[in-house]
Amino acid sequence: MPIRTVMKANEAAAWAAKLAKPKVIAAFPITPSTLVPEKISEFVANGELDAEFIKVESEHSAISACVGASAAGVRTFTATASQGLALMHEVLFIAAGMRLPIVVAIGNRSLSAPINIWNDWQDTISERDTGWLQFYAENNQEALDLILIAYKVAENEKVLLPAMVGFDAFILTHTVEPVEIPDQELVDEFLGEYEPKHAFIDPHNPITQGTLAFPAHYMETRYLLWKANEAAKKVIDEAFAEFEKRFGRKYQKVEEYRTDDADIILVTMGSLAGTVKDYVDRAREKGIKVGAAKMTVYRPFPVEEVRELAKKAKVIALLEKNITFSVGGALFQDFSRALVNEDEKPKLVDFILGLGGRDVTFQNLDEALSIAEKALRGEKVDEVNWIGLRKEIL
Amino acid sequence: MAVRKPPITTREYWAPGHAACAGCGCATGMRLVTKAFSEAMEEKYGDPDAFAIAHATGCMEVVSAVFPYTAWKAPWIHVAFENAAAVAAGIDAAWKKKGIKGKILAFGGDGGTADIGLQALSGMLERRHNVVYVMYDNEAYMNTGIQRSSSTPYGAWTTTSPPGKYSVGEDKPKKWVALIAAAHQVPYVATASIGNPFDLVKKVKKAAKVDGPAFIQMHCTCPTGWKSPIEKSVELAKLAIETGVWPLFEIENGDFNHIKIQSPGGGAKVKREGGKVVAIEFKKPIEEYLKMQGRFKHLFKRPEAMEELRNQIKEMWKVLGVEVTLPKAEE
Repeated sequence: MPIRTVMKANEAAAWAAKLAKPKVIAAFPITPSTLVPEKISEFVANGELDAEFIKVESEHSAISACVGASAAGVRTFTATASQGLALMHEVLFIAAGMRLPIVVAIGNRSLSAPINIWNDWQDTISERDTGWLQFYAENNQEALDLILIAYKVAENEKVLLPAMVGFDAFILTHTVEPVEIPDQELVDEFLGEYEPKHAFIDPHNPITQGTLAFPAHYMETRYLLWKANEAAKKVIDEAFAEFEKRFGRKYQKVEEYRTDDADIILVTMGSLAGTVKDYVDRAREKGIKVGAAKMTVYRPFPVEEVRELAKKAKVIALLEKNITFSVGGALFQDFSRALVNEDEKPKLVDFILGLGGRDVTFQNLDEALSIAEKALRGEKVDEVNWIGLRKEIL
Repeated sequence: MAVRKPPITTREYWAPGHAACAGCGCATGMRLVTKAFSEAMEEKYGDPDAFAIAHATGCMEVVSAVFPYTAWKAPWIHVAFENAAAVAAGIDAAWKKKGIKGKILAFGGDGGTADIGLQALSGMLERRHNVVYVMYDNEAYMNTGIQRSSSTPYGAWTTTSPPGKYSVGEDKPKKWVALIAAAHQVPYVATASIGNPFDLVKKVKKAAKVDGPAFIQMHCTCPTGWKSPIEKSVELAKLAIETGVWPLFEIENGDFNHIKIQSPGGGAKVKREGGKVVAIEFKKPIEEYLKMQGRFKHLFKRPEAMEELRNQIKEMWKVLGVEVTLPKAEE
C-alpha cells in the first residue's frame, strides 16, 4: 500500500533513491541539498537501504565515484546543487559520453558570485549541453516521481543517458508538502534490475572504457548522443504512460493549463508553475484569455510539443529563472529554435525573474502580463524583460 | 633438462602495440606492476585476474587506449585527469555490492597525482578503499609536452622551468607524495623504481595484499622529457637510487618512526642502529645520474645550483631519518 505522508522535497528525493535501490551512492553536502545525503545515510545506517554510501571529499569525486560504479554496472545516485553541480561539470560530459545512466537530484540554486544559496535554475540550465536528460519538478510529489521516471528512461537501452531532476531550492527542498510514497513492489516492477550490457568491470570479461577517440571517431559519438536524446523523447512518453498506469499520476513533457482559446500562454518550469496556474485562474476570472504551460522535461527539448503549444496562442510569455547574458533566458532561446521556421508562430516575450531566490509575486506576473498584452495588441515590446528589479538600488 | 622458473609470471596485462615512446620507463612500469599485481591476486584470492584498473589522464592512458584499440588485458577505465582515485573508489564500492572479489589498481602520473589529483587521492586513502594507487613519477607533465609539476626535481629543465639569466631551471624542491600518503596512516606506502624491478615487484605484491588502501610512488624514466638515451632507461633509474637521488622506502600504518629503508646498492655504505638505517654514505656522485640527462645539463655550469640540489637531497633523507653523505664528482 502506498503511504500518504508529508515531507520536504529533499526527503522525497531520498525516498525516491531508496525506492530505486541504487547499489552505490556518493555525495557531498551542499545547501540546499544536504538533507538528501543525510536522509540516505539514515536509510543505510538502519539497513533500510542496502547500498554503499561513499562520503566523498567533493562533488567532483561524488560524480567520479558514480561514474566508476556505474561503469562497473550498478545503479548509482547522488544529489547536489549550484556550485556542486558546477564542480561536477567536467565529469557530466564524461558520464553522458560513456553512456552511464546516473541519476542526480538537484535542489535548484543560483551560482556565485555573489554567493547566494536560494533558488533559480542557473545551475542545471548551465549544464544543458552536457547530454544529460533534465526534468523539473513542480512539487515534492513530482520530485519523488520524476526521480523514479528518470531511472526508467536513463536505463532504457535506446537512451542510456544520465539524468538530473531539479526541484527549487527552499521553495521545495525545505518545504513540507503531502507526498504519497509508492509501494516498493510496484517500484521494483516499474524499474526492474539494472543489468547493463555495455558497462561492466568484470575480471573475467575485461573491457576497456573511456578510450581516446581521434577525429576519425569522435564526431560519431556526439551524433549518437544526439540520437539518444531524440530517442529519449518517445521513451519518456512511454515511461510517463506506464507510470500513470501503475501509480495513477499523469505526467507530460509540456503540461498545459487552461490553454484552450488562450491569447497568451505563460510558460515556466519548476515550482513557479504552481504560482502561475493560480495566477491564470485569477486572470481568467477577470476575463483575460490567458493559459499556462509547464516544462516538465527540458532535455531532450520537446520541440514537437512546443510547436503544438505555440499553435494555441498569439503570444507566448516565457517566465524563467535563468539568464544567458546578452541573449536572454534558455527557454526563450529554445522556443525560438522550435518555432523559427514555422509558417505561423506566436510572438515570444521573455521574462527574467526570481533570480537568487527573489520572490515571484502576482504583482510581478501582472507586470509581465501587461507587457505580453501590449505585444498582443501589436505594440512594440522588449524581447527580454527583467521583472521585479529593485530599481532604487541600481 | 631443468627449466628455470621465470622470476615473474609470464601472464601479460599490458600488451605490445601501445604507442609509448621508445625507451619509455613508464611502459616498463605498467607491465611490471600489472604482472606483480596478478601474482598477488593469485596468492590472495586464488585468481590472477581479480583486479581492475582505473587510470588518470596522462601518458600511459593516451598511449594505451586509442579507440578502437586497447593495450589492456585487464578491465580498464579512464575518466579524467584528477579523479582516478575517486573512480577507483566507485568501482571498489560497486564490487563490494556485486560480491566481486579482488582489488582495484589505480594509475596516475605525477601531475595527475601530486597536483590535480591530490584531493581525490587523499579522499580515497582516508576512506580506506580497497585500492592500490601507483603514481608513475616521471617528474613532469610529459603528456602535454614536458611542463614542470610539483614532483619535478630542483634544477631540472622543463618547458615551463627553463634555465636562464634569472632561472636555475625548476626552483622548488621535489614534493614527495609518498610522505603525504603515509600521513593518512594507511596500511602500506612505498617508493619504488623501474631501476630495481625486484624491489618494485615485491612492493607491488605487498601493497596488493594488504586490506585497504596502499600507495606506491614509482620512479620512471622519460627519455623524451629527460633528454636521456632511450637504451639506458633502466640503468638511469638505477643510478638515481645508487646516487641517493631516489630513496627506496616503506612506511606501514603511518609509522614514521619505523621507516624501512632499502639498501641503495652502488657501493653505498649503510649504517644501521637497532636494525634501523640511520646513515648512508653514497659512493657514486649525483653527477653520474645527472650527466646522462639533458634536463640537468645547465647545472654543470652552475655549481651553486648543483650544491643546492645536493643539499635538498640531504634534507629529504633527513625527513626519512637518515644522515647521508653525497660525494662530489671529481673535477
